[in-house]
Amino acid sequence: MKQYIARRVGYSLLSLFLLSVTIFLFVRVTGDPVSLLVEPGASPEDIENIRHQLGLDQPLWEQYWHFMANLAAGDLGQSFYYRTPVLELYFQRLPHSLLLAAVAMALSLLIGIPSGILAAVRVDGFWDSAGKIFALLGLSLPSFWVGLVLILFFSVYLGWLPSSGSGGVAHLLMPAFTLGWYFAAAHMRLTRSSMLEVLGSEYIKLARLKGLPEALVIGKHALKNALIPVITLAGINLVVMINVAVVVETVFAWPGIGRLLYEGITFRDFPVVQGVVIIGGAMIVLVNLLVDILYALIDPRIRLES
Amino acid sequence: MPSPLLSLENLSTHYVSQQGTRVVRAVDEVTLRLEAGETLGIVGESGSGKSTLALTILRLLPAAARITSGRMMFEGENLLDKSDAEMREVRGKRIAMILQDPMASLNPLFTIGDQVGEPIRVHEGASRASAWKRAIELIRSVRIASPETRVRQFPHEMSGGMRQRIVGAVGISCEPRLLIADEPTTSLDLTIQAQYLKLLRDLQREHGLALIFITHNLGIVAKMCDQLAVMYAGRVVEHGPVSRIFSRPMHPYTKALLGSIPRMADNRDHLTAIDGQPPDLASMPPGCAFAPRCPEAFDRCRAEAPPEFAIDPEIRARCWLAPIDASAKAAS
Repeated sequence: MKQYIARRVGYSLLSLFLLSVTIFLFVRVTGDPVSLLVEPGASPEDIENIRHQLGLDQPLWEQYWHFMANLAAGDLGQSFYYRTPVLELYFQRLPHSLLLAAVAMALSLLIGIPSGILAAVRVDGFWDSAGKIFALLGLSLPSFWVGLVLILFFSVYLGWLPSSGSGGVAHLLMPAFTLGWYFAAAHMRLTRSSMLEVLGSEYIKLARLKGLPEALVIGKHALKNALIPVITLAGINLVVMINVAVVVETVFAWPGIGRLLYEGITFRDFPVVQGVVIIGGAMIVLVNLLVDILYALIDPRIRLES
Repeated sequence: MPSPLLSLENLSTHYVSQQGTRVVRAVDEVTLRLEAGETLGIVGESGSGKSTLALTILRLLPAAARITSGRMMFEGENLLDKSDAEMREVRGKRIAMILQDPMASLNPLFTIGDQVGEPIRVHEGASRASAWKRAIELIRSVRIASPETRVRQFPHEMSGGMRQRIVGAVGISCEPRLLIADEPTTSLDLTIQAQYLKLLRDLQREHGLALIFITHNLGIVAKMCDQLAVMYAGRVVEHGPVSRIFSRPMHPYTKALLGSIPRMADNRDHLTAIDGQPPDLASMPPGCAFAPRCPEAFDRCRAEAPPEFAIDPEIRARCWLAPIDASAKAAS
């Protein structure tokens, strides 16, 4: 088990290093941030001064070295635009993202798992077809569109829910549903296919041969096996939700880190973009690591393989 | 004459394709009897309907299959008249079945004790603790050492032979009257096979079990079975006591099967193979299904399927030569 964990940690660190190089280079391709920071008509000396202040006049490898050295010390640098530490900005926004993701995840599992089980048990029946249509809509309707339709309906026509901002439960409902909708479809599809695979296995046949009631065959023997991949996906998706809510947070003006990233890209605020992406990447890598370890705890076979 | 433990009468199971255009007669007009405590061997090539027949008896067929005709009398009741809930009471409690693949038939996420004790809890309403104790006894009875440790283990911690014994323990957990074993030893190596077969025979003797043994291994049939049913293309082509069929097979297919076994004291130069392929069950020839491969076939065989002839009170065969054979025997 120890050896297994050590190997997983090694892979994780390697992924993060590759991510840091990639985002560092890509963000610099988007253009020159200084041109957005100075007044129109600023003198070349002023521009050069600001560039020097921001450290953008140094060679690339040196900039990267600074970035990594600071990162190792837990410092993500200062925002070009806000002139405050990136970490500070990040932690101001994070609670909003966490709340949104948690509610969206709960919604997606509450919808996705039962409908997936139903579709698998009634395969090729009415519920399976209904589920397929739902999954198709969930996966193919873009979230900006779903968000706008919800706003149109619940805010403009009915006037029940606020169209943007954060505050009470009412503010949370539409963004959480918009974000959870896509993942509900993904969770439903995986639950269905994984359940179908398990239902075709020999041990399910043996469970039926034992004369077990169908509820026990499905609820005990099949479900526990079928949920293994769903747990993995949900664990990863929770972290993905925190980090990909860019569109949803922009549509609903939800002050989370997705919106922070959007602002960072708009202003070519390199430290903000780098910081948000690196933290997001670290989260995803970490959750993968945790899922792998959890897996080994749930499923005794993985424990022994290492 | 007391009624047999199990009696199948003209039992047919067909697979129907979704459009209803293709009908596969997987089991076709099968009539068989099995007395309490007896062992019936069912042999035939892959796809001859052996496994479908077993699943028909337990009424656990895939969705596309339909039992289209016949009766299945078990301990005086027609299993085809039972509701799904009543059928669940039969499965695992009165009729148990052992599947082919010991590696895949145990659930990887539950302990051995849980899985062996499960039928006892479901059928007899036993508590978790008493089912656990019974599970230990059952594991001991299939001759696995230190059952107290084994019950707490998971399937992956055991060898294939051990897992197949565990599946056997699951089978006998509620003391069924009939145990169906579908090629239970094909995936085990030879020494383990022999041990397992001996175990099944001992269990049979101790519990007075009737056994249906599905196999394509005639050697196992010779060792294990009292009665033999030979299946070809969904039909039972010959049925009777093993010793008599082995010494004097009537049906050309049975003869061919027996001719293809290698023997220790063999002075033949070649093993006889059966020419040709089994027919497509969805488009059967009009006459006898074996006619295209049969060395003794004549015109009538290709035009008309033979009914089941009783050669004597013990042996029945589906072959136009059977009545001739019977009279020849009567004359001799």
